[in-house]
Amino acid sequence: MIALQLFLEFALLSGVAFGGATALLPEMHRVVVENYHWLDNTTFTNLYAIAQAAPGPNVLVVTLIGWEIAGLTGALATTAAMCLPMSILIYLLIDRWESFAGKRWQKAVSLGVSPLAVGLIFSGATLIAQAAAFGWGAWLLVATTLVANLRSKLHPLWFIAAGAALGLLGLI
Amino acid sequence: MLVDERHWMTGEEFNAQLGLCQFLPGPNVINLAVVVGKRYQGLLGAIVAPFGLLAGPLVVVLLLALIYDRYGSQPLAQGMLRGIAAAGCGLLFATAWRMGGAIKDKPAFLPFTVLVVAAIAWLRWPMPVVMLCGLLLSGGVAYWKLGRK
Repeated sequence: MIALQLFLEFALLSGVAFGGATALLPEMHRVVVENYHWLDNTTFTNLYAIAQAAPGPNVLVVTLIGWEIAGLTGALATTAAMCLPMSILIYLLIDRWESFAGKRWQKAVSLGVSPLAVGLIFSGATLIAQAAAFGWGAWLLVATTLVANLRSKLHPLWFIAAGAALGLLGLI
Repeated sequence: MLVDERHWMTGEEFNAQLGLCQFLPGPNVINLAVVVGKRYQGLLGAIVAPFGLLAGPLVVVLLLALIYDRYGSQPLAQGMLRGIAAAGCGLLFATAWRMGGAIKDKPAFLPFTVLVVAAIAWLRWPMPVVMLCGLLLSGGVAYWKLGRK
């Protein structure tokens, strides 16, 4: 039962998704492409690209992955697995957590998490570059996007649109 | 929408809740929807809010998946998606750079970033184990530092 397997794998991942769904990219790739061979590298990066271009929260990349592996049941399984466990936990714990505000261990956890999240997101970026086997054109676009995004206030969608246009022209 | 249009909460309240949800694991916006939903409508709100947030985009993304299954193998589509992936990759590096820059005590905490990258991107260790150990070490250092102030 592949949908059940998907649900269990993704539910486990949701518990360590510090930094949101993008932080999970390397681990999703490890599970879905390397361990189970459910998808190949190209499909994985294509799904990432679709989720980037689509409106809505970026967690929807897991919906696409589930869809490609096991159709609608797969899509619902991965989406529910990603959202449900933490939602339930947060629902139950939010009031208690708020009463812990300002405690030393609570501050320590929030301070300690962010360097890890940075590492995960950086790893996600290198993983996409590897899986898509970027050539020099793509790396040029990566570098330009990085610098331009840091230095300007342009909406991220402009970079996505530019990438799509350059890709259509066969330059990437 | 919550703050500017409906005045359901102040900007500060919103930021505090968002901060909490960004730090917890899981999809941030969904977590935030659960917290806000519970606050205003209890259990029902906590169920309805994330559904409302997800339903529309979910349908869109599934339609895109259908189109991809049909035309995804065309060279033009492949080229376009590669372009988007490259731009997305640049945006991810930028996010990492910005978040890394916001870390206050860099000499103490950036080594943990490097360790995570080595373990995840290079050694390809399973993430649950890496995060558990990372959280203990990095959180431990933070705990110790907080105690010395």
